[in-house]
Amino acid sequence: MTESPTRGPRVGLFATCLMNVFRPNVGFSAVKLLEDAGCTVEVPANQTCCGQPGYNSGDYDAARALARQVIETFENYDYIVGPSGSCMATIRHDYPVLFHDDPVWLPRAQELSEKAWELLSFLTDVLGATASDAHYDGSVTYHDSCSGLRGLGIKGQPRTLLGEVDGLKLKEMEDSEVCCGFGGTFCVKYPEISEKMVEDKVRNILATGADTVVGGDLGCLMNIAGRLKRINAPVKVFHTSEVLAGLADGPGLAGAAKESD
Amino acid sequence: MEIRSKEFKERAVFAIHDASLQQALGKARGGFVGKRAQQAAELPEFEQLREEAKNTKNHILDNLDHYLERYEAAVTAAGGHVHWARDAEEARKIILDICKRVDAKTVTKGKSMVSEEIGLNEALIEHGMEVVETDLGEYIIQLAHEPPSHIIAPAVHKTKDQVSDLFEAAHGGPRKTEVADLVNEARRVLRDKYFRADVGITGGNFLVAETGSSIIVTNEGNGDLTQTLAKVHIVTSGIERVVPTLDDATLFLRLLARSATGQETETYTTISTGPRRAEDLDGPEEYHVVLVDNGRSKMLGGRFKDMLRCIRCGACMNHCPVYGAVGGHAYGWVYPGPMGSVLTPLIKGLDNAYDLPNACTLNGRCASVCPVKIPLPDLLRELRHMQHQQDITPVMQRRALKVWRYVATRPKLYHALEQVGARFLSAIAKNGSIRRLPLASGWTDVRDLPAPAGRTFLELWQGKRGQK
Repeated sequence: MTESPTRGPRVGLFATCLMNVFRPNVGFSAVKLLEDAGCTVEVPANQTCCGQPGYNSGDYDAARALARQVIETFENYDYIVGPSGSCMATIRHDYPVLFHDDPVWLPRAQELSEKAWELLSFLTDVLGATASDAHYDGSVTYHDSCSGLRGLGIKGQPRTLLGEVDGLKLKEMEDSEVCCGFGGTFCVKYPEISEKMVEDKVRNILATGADTVVGGDLGCLMNIAGRLKRINAPVKVFHTSEVLAGLADGPGLAGAAKESD
Repeated sequence: MEIRSKEFKERAVFAIHDASLQQALGKARGGFVGKRAQQAAELPEFEQLREEAKNTKNHILDNLDHYLERYEAAVTAAGGHVHWARDAEEARKIILDICKRVDAKTVTKGKSMVSEEIGLNEALIEHGMEVVETDLGEYIIQLAHEPPSHIIAPAVHKTKDQVSDLFEAAHGGPRKTEVADLVNEARRVLRDKYFRADVGITGGNFLVAETGSSIIVTNEGNGDLTQTLAKVHIVTSGIERVVPTLDDATLFLRLLARSATGQETETYTTISTGPRRAEDLDGPEEYHVVLVDNGRSKMLGGRFKDMLRCIRCGACMNHCPVYGAVGGHAYGWVYPGPMGSVLTPLIKGLDNAYDLPNACTLNGRCASVCPVKIPLPDLLRELRHMQHQQDITPVMQRRALKVWRYVATRPKLYHALEQVGARFLSAIAKNGSIRRLPLASGWTDVRDLPAPAGRTFLELWQGKRGQK
């Protein structure tokens, strides 16, 4: 570790594919939160995807190829942190499994696994950060993304941080821990089942009366936002980090105005 | 039972649009999940019991041959008979032979998923026997000529109205609409069958090696009447259901009811050991156990061994959002939901059930409630891996994966394509989202696609910070 009182940990930001293409604002929110908490943040240009689409499709070779790339790119940082429970659970839990019988890559996978963190749990559990200087005007309901919740035990951390945000009222939805129906390629392979699931999720969101829904994974959020938009429900959708970083001032996912600069 | 898992997609869509089914599923979902959560919360050692149960099962599976032999010896000593069936056909033949030998006309049945697995009812009926399911749910679906849609609540897909109609048609009017009246009517009809039965067939929740006993749990007491009133009692069970001692059985019994129906314990827990003894007031003259392998011993040696821990509680399907959306029949064979999506391809063949391991979001809720901690999502992913290795995965998907791998391992190319994609999607978007995207209709048929802002994060970042 290179932590010292004057210089916080050196963090490699894992820029997830969905964030990179669909929601750069989440990346900037992550950087702001990490820097505010004293980290030095770098975004290595050599990164692409964590390999989960290959892994979950049963193509373990492809997943290993991507995993090696991520390991090589990030192993020299103190931490690898990403705004996604899903990608980070892959790096934390699945990499060591993928290389379980590889004497060369297993130790490297394990080492990276130990310093792989989902953004919000990293902020709270490692850095002890708070959200006391953030402000958000609105009532917010939180969707527990499955990989974050069950893969990484993320449940209290985002709620604690959101609870500290000035002006924000947290309203719990029913079945917040039930899958929204995204599931990676599941949502396009089985659209009707996915529709039924996101319909249930959206019904629970609307029942809270909250004007905003937040969560920790862009896959789920795009699914939920897309469905809300399809039924013309005026609920804003943000990644939790956008709210915490004070960058949730736009219309949110699926309501975004085009880039102005 | 004929496997129809290849029609999963069609059957799932049909189920989603079946209003009665959705009504029935919605009702069941709330009940099971809430009650289980309450039971788990009220028992401080619940999580510890899960861990103990997992370890005990692993120990049993590591020594399965030993415990099965001990079990057989104990059954024999108690005057019963153990029959070993390698597959469904052998199991059917063993049971048919017993039934024919005693000239059985009427066969009553307690709930047994193994008997569904081996297609027993059809075989018995084909040989001229009257087969009567005595579990209320099983009885209902027998009248409807349907397979079970849930392993512990076989008629969970039926609404009360549908049951009223079925009973009216089968028993003659007047049509009953109150649950209590419906139950009493079934009780009256079934009572007569119990006394007429020549053979009673039950499943076995647990087989106890120490005593040679079989244990069944029911809420209706139908299993007791089935097994004590007929002249012959046949237990059908998978080879993995053996436990070393009665003490071990109690560990699993504590978990079973809580996980299954959210009860502390089922109404009836019945232990049977051998046939009627001279001093017994009742009981069968013959006691048989048919131990069914049907693919299980193959699982024992491989990466799906964990699946053999399953105690058939149904918690995984109760908590599965996919099962909750489509119900059990969509899965197309005997075992639905997460456990069925693992078992069906293993027993009936990977290519006969392509969709089952894939129609899952890997959300992990099933594993989080499994009383014996089976890593169901990992096993489903492992099945996808086998499908991929055996080229069962659709050609288009394999091609897409190849392209994805090629591009994703070339960061510059990947980013260039991401940039093109982000610009394109941004350009065709209206009011922040895209309503129709021909190549992504799986997405846009049911929801809008939130639009990118234009440039990618990496582009913007490099512009701002110029970092490598």
